[in-house]
Amino acid sequence: MVACALTKAREFGYDTVACASTGNLANSVAAHSAEGGFRAYIFIPHDLEQGKVLGTLLYGANVLSVNGNYDEVNRLCAEAGDKYGWAFVNINLRPFYGDGSKSFGYEIAEQLGWKAPDHVIVPCAGGSLISKIYKGLNEFDRLGLIDGGVSTKMYAAQAKGCSPITTAIKTNAEVFRPQKPNTIAKSIAIGNPADGYMAMDTVRKSGGWADDVTEEEIIDGIRLLGRTEGIFTETAGGVTVSVAKKLAAQGRFKPDEIVVIAITGNGLKTQEAVVGKLGETFGIQPNLASLEAALNTEKLLAGVGV
Amino acid sequence: MAVNVLVPTPLRKFTNNQDTVLVAPGTIVSLVAELEQQFPGINKSLTDDSGELRRFINVYVNEEDIRFLEGKNTPIKDGDSVSIIPAIAGG
Ligand SMILES: Cc1ncc(COP(=O)(O)O)c(C=O)c1O
Repeated sequence: MVACALTKAREFGYDTVACASTGNLANSVAAHSAEGGFRAYIFIPHDLEQGKVLGTLLYGANVLSVNGNYDEVNRLCAEAGDKYGWAFVNINLRPFYGDGSKSFGYEIAEQLGWKAPDHVIVPCAGGSLISKIYKGLNEFDRLGLIDGGVSTKMYAAQAKGCSPITTAIKTNAEVFRPQKPNTIAKSIAIGNPADGYMAMDTVRKSGGWADDVTEEEIIDGIRLLGRTEGIFTETAGGVTVSVAKKLAAQGRFKPDEIVVIAITGNGLKTQEAVVGKLGETFGIQPNLASLEAALNTEKLLAGVGV
Repeated sequence: MAVNVLVPTPLRKFTNNQDTVLVAPGTIVSLVAELEQQFPGINKSLTDDSGELRRFINVYVNEEDIRFLEGKNTPIKDGDSVSIIPAIAGG
């Protein structure tokens, strides 16, 4: 999606790009700016994880760490966007950034052998991605590329500590209430989601649903995905896995249906959230006796547990 | 003194390109009414047919979202700063 936005920035003649970000867009805008030779200003909330901050600084972007939450960063950027002639990826380039993420939907269909899944669960922050995945699937269908059409149900996943979208859906509300985020899932901690209505609309018209999970369930979700699929996801992925588990327990998926869980971020970026919670190493001496003793302890005899 | 209102770019076509305008103290409701008086046509962009603030418009009084205050009845007094900001996406 950033490739799409920056291509347009070049076409429009900008030399400076910017974005407000919960961390992941930051990495991407910084990287693509380096490659495309743009000056970049990246605005992030001050309390982001180290991995995301390093992964932005690395590319030589100017990183402005704002003393506030994402919604405050966003407000500042809206004001700054008015003042400086920059290409803000999520303001004046927003349509291109948004439509860029339709490729997620394209890839799902392609990887399923040109079929649409029965269910897709998507973590929601500003609420854009979920509707763009749906749009991507439907565009492919219109092009005749999808066997059997699209009757995919879309599900929104959020953390309980920041759940304006899922709360509105679960309570059948017309309007969502903004929240002050408080969750380890910082990537998706947007309390005032700009595309919240679009997300609600996508869920409703597709016949899907929504749910949200506790901080503990987020960690459980990260662990479960790692120990069953060999994938280390960040906290947003933990949200999505655990929400999928809840939806399954509610009987929303039939055993023979295809369920896609959108794992949107790498676990190495949010290590702070799981340090000390995924298990411990065993310290031993560099000799067989010490190894033997360790192997005989109850924990190692029990093997790897989920 | 008065209340300072920050006008976003899309609405400056109504304000002769002024990025800030001054209004009298009162509430958000009276602010919108006064803006319409000063700049006829502007309230179509701010409120819907039933007079409610449009849902993609965010209003902040001294940096706090009015939905965390008293909504459109949030009081504004001399020296306050009000920002009107269209919702923007992120990630
Ligand atoms: C890891 C991750 N997943 C999902 C999203 C959801 O994006 P959207 O703002 O489109 O709802 C984000 C946005 O920041 C993200 O960082």
